[in-house]
Amino acid sequence: MKTNLIALLSGIIFGIGLSLSQMINPNKVLNFLDITGHFDPSLIFVMVGALSVALVSFKWIRKRAVPLFGESFQWSKKTVIDKPLIFGGVIFGVGWGLSGYCPGPVVAGLGLFSMESVIMIAAICAGFFAYNALFESNK
Amino acid sequence: MRTLHTLGETILENFTPISALAGGALIGISVTVLLLFNGRIAGVSGILNGLFFAPKNDRLWRLLFLVGLVLGALLFNMGVPDFNVPRQNYPLPLLVIGGFLVGFGARMANGCISGHGVCGLANLSLRSLVATGAFMLSGMLTVYVIRHVLELAA
Repeated sequence: MKTNLIALLSGIIFGIGLSLSQMINPNKVLNFLDITGHFDPSLIFVMVGALSVALVSFKWIRKRAVPLFGESFQWSKKTVIDKPLIFGGVIFGVGWGLSGYCPGPVVAGLGLFSMESVIMIAAICAGFFAYNALFESNK
Repeated sequence: MRTLHTLGETILENFTPISALAGGALIGISVTVLLLFNGRIAGVSGILNGLFFAPKNDRLWRLLFLVGLVLGALLFNMGVPDFNVPRQNYPLPLLVIGGFLVGFGARMANGCISGHGVCGLANLSLRSLVATGAFMLSGMLTVYVIRHVLELAA
């Protein structure tokens, strides 16, 4: 119960952050990626803002054995720079550049009643199912 | 000089450093809360994917995080109306193809901007640095082609 409320709270703060920073606006994201055109460096400042908090907090949280409410920390166990990481990153980037959306702003956009969010969520989930059918079906 | 001046004006016209930093700090607080209390990484693509593929008893918190994400945007929009307005008339094929590639690529790379670009970098992960670099280089090249070569979108 407690962890569910924390998840809700964390999501609300995330959604407000995406709104205030206007990262919920896909054209602002496209302008960041448009370095030879209407370049808008705001996205870098969003990352600097997020990392200036999270770099400090994560360093401090890493010292803990267990989280305050949850059973264990779910850190990624992967450490190798492999082909799926790079190819996946490049494929993601193409989709990001075509649409102006990454998953966070897509979901938050539902709060603006954006029709694009509905379309994007369906397409993203289709991408999940396609990937899982191709590469994870033996698990 | 003229070109430089025009470039400067173009940047200033769109650039919002203060709200970007403040909004970013909130995102940093959000991922901190989820990690400190629940031990979870706030990567939106992983959370959304798990809604369908995680064990049944590991799904409710995911749904609540995503509901929170929507609520946060909804509440902000009630407080500050018209600060963000939904985009209209963007080419549908770019959304459909783009969305599919975002979902597929995020699974293959095991994360998206929030998982790799915020949480992973904060955790000093080399994998996340490589992924974030790949997202940005590939995204910039794609936007160059879409906007300046094919001119499919403004």
